Amino acid sequence: MAPEPDTMPISVDFLGGLETLFSNNPHHTISLPLLNPSDSSPANVGFLISHLVKNHLKHPRTEFFVHSDGHLTPGILVLINDADWELEGEEECKLQAGDKVVFVSTMHGG
Amino acid sequence: MEQNSTKERLDGRVTATNGEQNGTSRRLTDEEFDRYSRQMIVPEMGKEAQLRLINSKVLFIGAGGLGCPAAQYVAGAGVGTIGIIDSDVVEPSNLHRQVGHATSRIGMKKVDSLITHLRDLNPLPTYVPYTFPLSPENAADIISQYDLILDCTDNPATRYLISDVCVLLCKPLVSAASIQKSGQLIVLNCPPTPQGKLDKKYPPCYRCCFRKPPPANTQLSCGEAGIMGPVVGLMGVAQAGEAVKILASGLHLPSSTPETPEDDPHNLIQPTLLIYSYDLNAAPGPFTFRALKMAPRKKNCFACGENSPQTLTLEGIRSGNPNYVQFCGIQTAKTTLPIEERMTALAYHVVKQTGILPNHILLDTREKEHFSFGSIDGAVNFPFGKLLMKAATIKRDGGDAEEILPVKSAEDPIFVVCRRGLDSQEAVEKLRELGLDHGGKRKIVDIIGGMKAWKEEVDPSFPFI
Ligand SMILES: [Zn+2]
Repeated sequence: MAPEPDTMPISVDFLGGLETLFSNNPHHTISLPLLNPSDSSPANVGFLISHLVKNHLKHPRTEFFVHSDGHLTPGILVLINDADWELEGEEECKLQAGDKVVFVSTMHGG
Repeated sequence: MEQNSTKERLDGRVTATNGEQNGTSRRLTDEEFDRYSRQMIVPEMGKEAQLRLINSKVLFIGAGGLGCPAAQYVAGAGVGTIGIIDSDVVEPSNLHRQVGHATSRIGMKKVDSLITHLRDLNPLPTYVPYTFPLSPENAADIISQYDLILDCTDNPATRYLISDVCVLLCKPLVSAASIQKSGQLIVLNCPPTPQGKLDKKYPPCYRCCFRKPPPANTQLSCGEAGIMGPVVGLMGVAQAGEAVKILASGLHLPSSTPETPEDDPHNLIQPTLLIYSYDLNAAPGPFTFRALKMAPRKKNCFACGENSPQTLTLEGIRSGNPNYVQFCGIQTAKTTLPIEERMTALAYHVVKQTGILPNHILLDTREKEHFSFGSIDGAVNFPFGKLLMKAATIKRDGGDAEEILPVKSAEDPIFVVCRRGLDSQEAVEKLRELGLDHGGKRKIVDIIGGMKAWKEEVDPSFPFI
């Protein structure tokens, strides 16, 4: 797949049941615009989340991934290049071509 | 760690080694020797590790899908004291995954049923039953009596409570969870480290890894979402594996904890979150097992971080602070619909039987798997997710709302039933928003309490799952 102009490839994994919201596919390589069109700021994780919701979330129960305000639903763990996103600035964390982002939903059953 | 040859290890049966704490210098009885010989000859195990297991006390919180397989292997391995806490009784719907129970023990307390099974497997350990729920009032008293805690529960409020008490009492915690076709496992607070200690890197607690619980409306239980037996079983066995490893190598003992270099890939300061996911339609692939490296103890953690001694204490927990149920939210039935738009299952049945009810559409919004086991006569399956999706499409792109209904008859009233009566209320609202009530001329009615109420009020033989 040739990269589209002004986009970068980002590897996105959905684990712990979240994959069912994304066409039952745990692994996606997406083309993320380099700039957030709403304010022309460099793409960060917050923009990645809204991009995923708009273009890849194929399930009506969106509340399992995002709140109505567009922020990630609590209880979802995010790792950016294997590091906890809380240590990387959460939604503010800037993304670069080839970055790996993993979303894991916390399970509670037993 | 013992590195002797098998022969030397066998000699250990009669030759006491140098005295060590916790009685690891005593001899094994013939019965112990026979029973545990196959695991003792595994390299790095041996007699001392076996005696550490025998001298250890493990608490299982939950005797269900995780607790059953976990307890089987921990009991089999010879851990000397095994406490189990759970207030539930064995039900037929447990048995596909809770393999420590039995058809002949349906109705028995799960703790008593599991201990019956474990005693038959290995009569040597001491088994301690607690047939009441773990609570903020009793958690510290119970947990303090054990060396290692296994979280085998099924709800977030108890998970946060267990982790908080383990931090305060300096106990390592092996935590697992599972739902539908996925499972997770992580070892926390191991080696056990006092609350607030942050002079270098230390292992995280549950709150370090999972700061906030998911909102109540997205917390699924095994009863609602379903669970595959082998998936939860695998996580329970993996918990037992970690427990035996920790106890055999003495990692649970704060005093004897060896300094583990931070860059040692086996250290538990940055433990691995193991995720097992299972696709019913696919062969095992690269996503079947994922190992994610977690961050160490966090400075700002409510339970174990820098200021945690001010925010979390045993006395606080006992007197209701923090409030775990509130923190995790409780899912309560909405009653936003006015009463004239609702009808009990029994009333629906009666008006239908007596012929007062005119032609109508009955929509059943459960998933098709649930619908396939049985439904009310004349009901049409219209899964809630599909309904929401179609409603969203009409809102966005416009179109004839009437088209989304699986049956067409523009004037007939619509009744909506779901599993327990929550989705159906939301469905009634959605259908009204789309104008399907024709400005109030057409009735859209929620059946209160769903198919659960139908079983209780109308048809006790209905296969409610
Ligand atoms: Zn913590």
